[in-house]
Amino acid sequence: MKIKLITQISFSMLYARLKQTTVAAVGVTFSITMFIALLSFMAGLNDLLDNLILNRTPHVRLYNEILPSIIQPIDRMGVNSGTYNFVKHIKPKNDLLEIRNSEAIITALKNDPNVLGVAPKTAVPIFYNVGVINLTGVINGIDVDAENRLFTFQDYVVEGNTIDLKNTPNSIILGIGAAKKMLIQVGDNIQITTNEGNRLQLKVVGFFQSGIEEIDKVQSYATIATTQKILRKPASYITDIQVKLYDMTKAPALAKSYNKLFEVQAIDIQTANAQFETGSSVRTLISYAVGITLLIVAGFGIYNILNMMIYEKMDSIAILKATGFSGKDVNAIFITIALTIGLVGGALGLIFGLGLSALIGQIPFNTASLPTVKTYPINYNINFYLIGAIFSIITTYFAGYFPSRKASRIDPVDIIRGK
Amino acid sequence: MEKKVIEAIGISKSFHDPITVKVLSDVSFSINSGEFVSIVGKSGCGKSTLLYILSTMDTSYEGQLFLDGILMNKKKDKELAKVRNEKIGFVFQFHYLLAEFNILKNVMLPGLKLGIFPPKEIEHRAYEKLKILGIENEAIKFPNQLSGGQKQRVAIARALINEPLIIMGDEPTGNLDKKNSDMVFNIFKELAEEYRQTLLIVTHDMDFAANTHRIITMEDGKIISNL
Ligand SMILES: Nc1ncnc2c1ncn2[C@@H]1O[C@H](COP(=O)(O)OP(=O)(O)OP(=O)(O)O)[C@@H](O)[C@H]1O
Ligand SMILES: [Mg+2]
Repeated sequence: MKIKLITQISFSMLYARLKQTTVAAVGVTFSITMFIALLSFMAGLNDLLDNLILNRTPHVRLYNEILPSIIQPIDRMGVNSGTYNFVKHIKPKNDLLEIRNSEAIITALKNDPNVLGVAPKTAVPIFYNVGVINLTGVINGIDVDAENRLFTFQDYVVEGNTIDLKNTPNSIILGIGAAKKMLIQVGDNIQITTNEGNRLQLKVVGFFQSGIEEIDKVQSYATIATTQKILRKPASYITDIQVKLYDMTKAPALAKSYNKLFEVQAIDIQTANAQFETGSSVRTLISYAVGITLLIVAGFGIYNILNMMIYEKMDSIAILKATGFSGKDVNAIFITIALTIGLVGGALGLIFGLGLSALIGQIPFNTASLPTVKTYPINYNINFYLIGAIFSIITTYFAGYFPSRKASRIDPVDIIRGK
Repeated sequence: MEKKVIEAIGISKSFHDPITVKVLSDVSFSINSGEFVSIVGKSGCGKSTLLYILSTMDTSYEGQLFLDGILMNKKKDKELAKVRNEKIGFVFQFHYLLAEFNILKNVMLPGLKLGIFPPKEIEHRAYEKLKILGIENEAIKFPNQLSGGQKQRVAIARALINEPLIIMGDEPTGNLDKKNSDMVFNIFKELAEEYRQTLLIVTHDMDFAANTHRIITMEDGKIISNL
C-alpha cells in the first residue's frame, strides 16, 4: 500500500518532467549500450588472439634440449678433494634431440586422467632448394589425425586437404609464406636438403596458413614417417610430445611432474606464452574502465535532473511533509525516480547493447593472417549483461542518493515561510 | 468539561540569525474540542511562528506542547509526520496543491498516506469533502485550471480528509478578495457549527476574527488577551 503510493507519486513527478527524465534515461541507455558492445567486442578480439596461439599450442610440450653436460668427466674424479675444477669452452656433445623411450612415455601419458590427448611430433630443420638458393625451414612430422583433433590443424590448411598428407607418400603441406617465395602450386614437387646433406623430393599437397607470418615462412608439415625417412631414423624417433589437458590451469604443475618422471624438458603453456595473458587482461581492464566511466557520466546526468526536480518541487515536498509524509517517504520518492530512470535506461541499454554487438558481429573482417575469421569477433558473454545491469542500478542509486537525502531534509517551515 | 485538543505550556522561541531575537516568550493557552479560535496581532508579532510550533513542523522551541493529551516534545520525525497526518489539517495562505495530480487526488493524498481506508473509500470521502465545499464539479480538473478561491477550498477539503482533531490556518483568506474570503469564512463557520470541527485560524481580518468563538491577541511574542 505504502510502496504503491510512493511509486504513484514518483511516477507522476517523472511524467510531469518527461523530457528531462527521458534525456537522463537515454544517457544511461547510451552508456550501457557502449559498455556491452565494447566488452563483447574486446572479449571477442581477446578470444580470437588467444586462440590464435592457444589452439595450436600444446598445454605441455615434452622435448630434449641439447645442453652441455653439467657434470664433466673431471668432476667424477675427485669429488671430496676440496678443489675446484675450471673447465672453459665446454661444448655440447653430439647428442640426439630424440626423446628416449618415447613410446612408453606416450602410453603413460595417454593413461593419465588429466590428459585429453597426445600428439607426437618430429621437427627437422631443413633447407628448401629453389634453384641455386636455399631457404631455411622446418618440417614438422605430425600424426595427422591427432593434430586435427587436438589443434584443429585442418582449419589452417587453406589449400589442399590434410588427408592427402596421410595418403600420399613423401608429401608435404607447405607454409603459405614459403610457397609464395618459391612460386609453388599445389601438386608441384620441391627439393629439400637436411643439415646432414640428405636430399629428398617431396610432393606439395596443400598450403598452410597460421596467421603468424614468421611461422608461415618457415614451417611445413609432413607425416612423422616422412620426416623419419628424411632423417634416416627409425620409427621410434620423436623429438616432441605435445600434450593437451582437460584443464589448462594444471599445466605448470603437470609439466614439473613430467619433467621429473620422464627425465625430459617439459614446458607449460603459461610459461611459454606469458605475454598473451597480460595483453588480454590489459585490454579487458581498458574496456571496463571506459564502460564504467561512461556510466558515471550518465550518473551525473541523473544527479542533475533530480537536483533540478527537487528544486522545482520544493513546494510539493513541503506540503507532502506538512500533510504527514516523513523524510523517509520523501527520500523513497526521489530514490524511486532515480532507480526508474536507471532501470528503464539500463534495460534498453542491454537490449541495444546486444543489438549493437550483433551488428558489429556482421561487419566483414577479412585478413590474410586469419583464414578462419570472416567477421568481427563478438563474445556474447552473459556476465557482461549482468555486470552492466548491476552497475546501472548502483550508479543510479548513488546518483539519486544525495539529491534524495537533500529532499528528505527540506524543512517545510522554511518553504512555507518563503512564500 | 470539554476535552483539550491543544495545550501549550510556556512555549518560548528565539531566532539566532543574524542576532538572537526572542520571538515567542512563555506562551501558554489551550483549545477545547469544538472551539473556533482566531489569533490576531500586528505583523511580525510571532503568530506564524507559534502556528508552526503547534503544527509540529517546527521542533526547536522551549516549553511543552500537548496534542490530544500527548506530549509532542522529543518525538521523532516519523512520529510527528504521523501526528500531522492523523490529527492536524493545515490551510496556508498559499494553496500548495500538487500540480501533477488532479483535484480529487490532491484531496486524497493524505488519506492514502494514512492508509486506514481502501482507496475507493478514500475517493468517496474526498468527493464528500469537495461537496461540502461546493467544488465537486472540479474534481477531475488540475490545480492550474482553478481560480484562487477554488484552490483554497480544495486545500480546505484536503485538510479535512482524515477528519483531523484540529484545523489550523495561517491567513487562509490572505490572498483572496472580499467575496472569496467571506465564502471561506462561512465554510469554517459551517464546519464549526455543523460538524463541531475545532479550528485555530491566524488572521489579519478583524471582521473575520470578531465572528469566531474566541480571539487570542498577540503582541511581541506574548498573548495579551484571550477572550
Ligand atoms: N527564520 C527566521 N530567522 C530570523 N528571524 C525570523 C525568522 N522567521 C521569522 N523571524 C522573525 O520572527 C518574528 C515573527 O515572525 P512571524 O512570521 O511569526 O510573524 P507573524 O506574526 O506571522 O507576521 P505576519 O502577520 O506578517 O505574518 C518576526 O520579527 C520575524 O522577523
Ligand atoms: Mg505570518
